[in-house]
Amino acid sequence: MQEIQHSLQLAFVMIGSFDPDLVEIVMLSLAVSLTAVVISLILGLPLGAAIAMSHFRGRGALIVLSNALMGLPPVVVGLLVYLALSRSGPLGVFNLLYTPWAMIIAQAVLVTPLVIALTREIIEQLDSEYAEYLSSLAISASGRLRTLLWDGRFNLATVSLAGFGRAIAEVGAVMVVGGNIDHLTRVMTTAIALETSKGNLELALALGVVLMLLALGVNLVIALVRPVDTARQRRPIFR
Amino acid sequence: MRTVLRHSCWYLWMTLVWSVSAMAEQASIIVQSTTSTANSGLYDHLLPRFEADSGVRVNVVAVGTGQAIRNAVNGDADVLLVHAKSAEEKFVTDGYGVERFDLMYNDFVFVGPPTDPAGLSGASSATDALARIVSSGAIFASRGDDSGTHKKELSLWRLASIEPFAASGTWYLETGSGMGATLNVAVGMDAYLITDRATWLSFANKREFQILFEGDPLLLNQYGIILVNPLKHPHVKAKAGQVFVDWMIGDQGQQAIAAYRRDGKQLFFPNAR
Repeated sequence: MQEIQHSLQLAFVMIGSFDPDLVEIVMLSLAVSLTAVVISLILGLPLGAAIAMSHFRGRGALIVLSNALMGLPPVVVGLLVYLALSRSGPLGVFNLLYTPWAMIIAQAVLVTPLVIALTREIIEQLDSEYAEYLSSLAISASGRLRTLLWDGRFNLATVSLAGFGRAIAEVGAVMVVGGNIDHLTRVMTTAIALETSKGNLELALALGVVLMLLALGVNLVIALVRPVDTARQRRPIFR
Repeated sequence: MRTVLRHSCWYLWMTLVWSVSAMAEQASIIVQSTTSTANSGLYDHLLPRFEADSGVRVNVVAVGTGQAIRNAVNGDADVLLVHAKSAEEKFVTDGYGVERFDLMYNDFVFVGPPTDPAGLSGASSATDALARIVSSGAIFASRGDDSGTHKKELSLWRLASIEPFAASGTWYLETGSGMGATLNVAVGMDAYLITDRATWLSFANKREFQILFEGDPLLLNQYGIILVNPLKHPHVKAKAGQVFVDWMIGDQGQQAIAAYRRDGKQLFFPNAR
């Protein structure tokens, strides 16, 4: 218990003193995970919505697959991305291994299935709700897709937070493809793993506290930015 | 208010992305390294000096020796700095390394609980220490990860003519993890283990654990440094990598290694010739 108390104190001392190394690690964690989530949204939203609204052979299998990929272990993703980006791998010429971009790619691979699966779920439900209304307007398929995505934006904001949570919390993938290089690819989770392996358990736990505060901060910002859904009489989170 | 927030979020993100790309573009070499040299703080001591002398930035990827060598074989390194001489020599004869140089040494030590149920403090040799652990029924924590320390441990079992693998999961625990993680396991389970001295001295979660056996010449821990062969991997930054190797085995590097102290103790002893 005493260790936890020390860790909490240490966490607030580190935050309060704006330790430059900590700021660097926090900024990189944010940049990598937010970028990965944005890429996942760009790929996953239209894909998930398209699967929701279309009918084709193998659709059921595709849905099961995207649901299953939500449970993809980060370390496996790390290994696959390592093999792809390694100099002897197919994408080796781009020289991306051990850079923040490798970490972004790995986290995007990790988060995209989650975005696809949850988007499909949300859009499918909206689609059946609005089916009559939308077909009476006789709008195109792409117009329909945009309408549904726009109308589902509140639930989809939650999807992006779930994706961010998965990205910022994982260590297995970024450790392998980033290499935990000081001042280059060291993020919060790899720093925590490193301090644990050095036996600095209190410092490791303090970094964990900082990471949780960071996630809290991101969620708070999203809650503030999130517009009020007047059509559905939904209450804003903050007044 | 919301628009302002949205805009500031956007700008923050753009700044972050920009800084990420800026960081990735710095001129640098990648060193695949064993963990002990990184976790003990040696690089924090050496690299600022080297970078000031040469202007070359060194990015250290600290993994077990086995993984470091495999990554270098794949071409994901410019320089290799590990501690498993026969594997290093194989790396060079297979054409992946240019030349292997002795860099520095320290030693491996047996660490265990202060009660010392196996009586390691009275052991006559490293192999005797292993035999005592087996006959006492104490737990032994092995790295089990093909690292330099793991290779050394396996060679000691062979010399002691003991076959521990049948007992894997009972008194012989293969953690499959790094030195620090294995130390955490051993401390948590009152197990014996073999660790390099540098990691042990800089490890912060010792509890009451102590060095119980040391000093057998078999426990020598030799580190080597190798430039990855640009003939095998043309993208290797051979020039900058050679500058680093030359600096490390030269007077400046060797003196800097000798000067590194942790709690007043020298962790690494330079022996490049």
